[in-house]
Amino acid sequence: MYIYDDYDQKMVEERVAQYRDQTDRFLAGDLTDEEFLHLRLRNGLYIQRLAPMLRIAVPYGLLSVAQLRKLAHVTRHYDRGYAHFTTRQNLQLNWPKLEEVPDILAELASVQMHAIQTSGNCIRNVTSDQYAGVARDEIEDSRPWCELIRQWSTFHPEFNWLPRKFKIAVTGAREDRAAVQVHDIGIRLVEQDGEVGFEVLAGGGLGRTPVVGPVIKPYLEKKHLLTYLEAILRVYNRFGRRDNKFKARIKILVRAMTPEVFAAKVEEEWQSLKDGAATLTDEEIDRVRACFTEPTYESLGDDVPEYKAALNEDFAFKAWVSRNVAAHKKPGYAIATIAFKETGIAPGDVTDEQLEKIADLADKFSFGEVRVTHEQNVTLADVRKSDLYELWQELVRSDMASPNLGLLTDIICCPGGDYCSLANAKSIPVAEAIQRKFDDLDYLHDIGDLDINISGCMNACGHHHVGNIGILGVDKKGEEWYQVSVGGSQYNHTALAQILGPSFAREQVPQVVQNIVDTYLEARQGEEAFIDTFNRIGLKPFKDRVYA
Amino acid sequence: MPKIILDGNVTDSDFDVQYGSDLEADATNVLLPMKTWLEQADKLKGRNDIGIWLDADGEPEEIADHVNSFAVIGLNFPTFFDGRCLSTANILRRKYGYKGELRAIGDVRRDQLEQMRRCGINAFQLAEGQDADAATSSLTSFTVGYQATVDQPEPLFRRR
Repeated sequence: MYIYDDYDQKMVEERVAQYRDQTDRFLAGDLTDEEFLHLRLRNGLYIQRLAPMLRIAVPYGLLSVAQLRKLAHVTRHYDRGYAHFTTRQNLQLNWPKLEEVPDILAELASVQMHAIQTSGNCIRNVTSDQYAGVARDEIEDSRPWCELIRQWSTFHPEFNWLPRKFKIAVTGAREDRAAVQVHDIGIRLVEQDGEVGFEVLAGGGLGRTPVVGPVIKPYLEKKHLLTYLEAILRVYNRFGRRDNKFKARIKILVRAMTPEVFAAKVEEEWQSLKDGAATLTDEEIDRVRACFTEPTYESLGDDVPEYKAALNEDFAFKAWVSRNVAAHKKPGYAIATIAFKETGIAPGDVTDEQLEKIADLADKFSFGEVRVTHEQNVTLADVRKSDLYELWQELVRSDMASPNLGLLTDIICCPGGDYCSLANAKSIPVAEAIQRKFDDLDYLHDIGDLDINISGCMNACGHHHVGNIGILGVDKKGEEWYQVSVGGSQYNHTALAQILGPSFAREQVPQVVQNIVDTYLEARQGEEAFIDTFNRIGLKPFKDRVYA
Repeated sequence: MPKIILDGNVTDSDFDVQYGSDLEADATNVLLPMKTWLEQADKLKGRNDIGIWLDADGEPEEIADHVNSFAVIGLNFPTFFDGRCLSTANILRRKYGYKGELRAIGDVRRDQLEQMRRCGINAFQLAEGQDADAATSSLTSFTVGYQATVDQPEPLFRRR
């Protein structure tokens, strides 16, 4: 992973000092609430319903064991012993004390971490494919490009006060696991005439007005990445709407201008930057790439008898492998994902002890690194197949062996009304009620791939628009109701879910999900996945069943 | 005589900001709204005792041909969390090569000054109630940055 040099380290340390001064001035009454609000947001600190919430940046989801152990320590000493993985691959603390945040940041800086730009109207944490560097379908590792974007966007002086928040995602694989089509900027590594470059999308997004982002640059040479991004951001910073926060995202600007006109405007701005000093050099690309070289893989066969034997002998292990293990590019290795979707625990929640346990497991089985996924899970990317059984047994002992990755109970869920002051409704109890209703593992495996995404409000942190089943909390005269939609999907065929009809009371939601699942199971042909059945039969049969 | 921070020092400026759109017959040492100046451009062109200021939605393209005749250009921040003038500053300095004083006016507060400086703004007329000395010290709260900016055209990766 990327290792800070003196410059990187100096920047995070100067940020700690600056933020400590800002906090002191606020506590002394020298900064107004409004002024401090904007300053603390640029450091990931929200004031929530019950307490402040601190969002810690995990750049493109990558964590070392030293960082995991530090996060465990921070969670234990400054919070209540648990933290929360987010859909932007970050980690949130739910109960930090405002006056202790500078100390938390100083602790984080000691392991090359920070909370810079994790909220506020600025460029947020760049996200990527959790299988970057190890996936079989990869054109090129996206992580060096993510790191280059991270550095370029960190404290960019011109783009710290944008019309609205700004999210960039990058994928280097053929299968899009980074949801690049629903980001303010999506970047895909693509091949053209034997050269690898970027396809650039702009103006996608979820929230109140979900949009699948159009391609504005079909092919961009690698060295131009940062100048082209600068051109997009300058056009957005100047012309994005600021009169209405619901119309302020770049998707509204791109749509209002039309993608063609927007692209032309960016192109014009870019001509004044192209080949200038911000053009990437080969030396810089090589310097950053050198941080993401392959670990020292052993030369192994892909046929591993002891692994096969364990699969045959232990049904529970087999169930976990069938869902939570993915193919690795190297023979004899596998990608294992820990699902943080145990029933009764808020999706994405992790305890201090689990963080330490993950660190131990990463040390023992996966070259000391893990990746946080945007589905709020944790991936060990480089596990020898021969170690999988032992890894799984350790996970069982630590309550981290949920064999439900990608199943109906692997719910993406925002913190919702339990924590978040923006929420219209609670989301965690809805997730739990669904998990309780669907508690038969064989049945869940029979249903197969089915994403349920829950957001407690329009801001769509739970990505409800791209869930196969999306659930949105809405406020009706002070009461919590839930609007259900069907047919969204992420990955290469990103589609936005269609609203089923009038919303439901919370206690009705599990049965609504059951009715949707029943409709699918009756209609499915062969091994057809939920989304494929939906695409074949459309919304109506689901609607008829649910409102019968 | 407004007090401003110019190139890191607190000083009195000869130029004051005129917010109204009328052009007084004896106007001198003022920054006029861009629109007012453009309407009277024939009369005012070449007068170095008259500057202009752009609002956050003001398009610098409109003064592209005149930029280097101004001794002072003001950029108005309607609120401290509106960053449009940071892009305007970039365009004036980098694209049009403006060399004179570029002054932030409006809701200018100490925690934004360092970013403004990096975008090419070298003078600050602070909002009411801001402490000029404390603001001056905040200009250097960071000693290094990654990007190619107006104040440092070489990005860090070409220097590290």
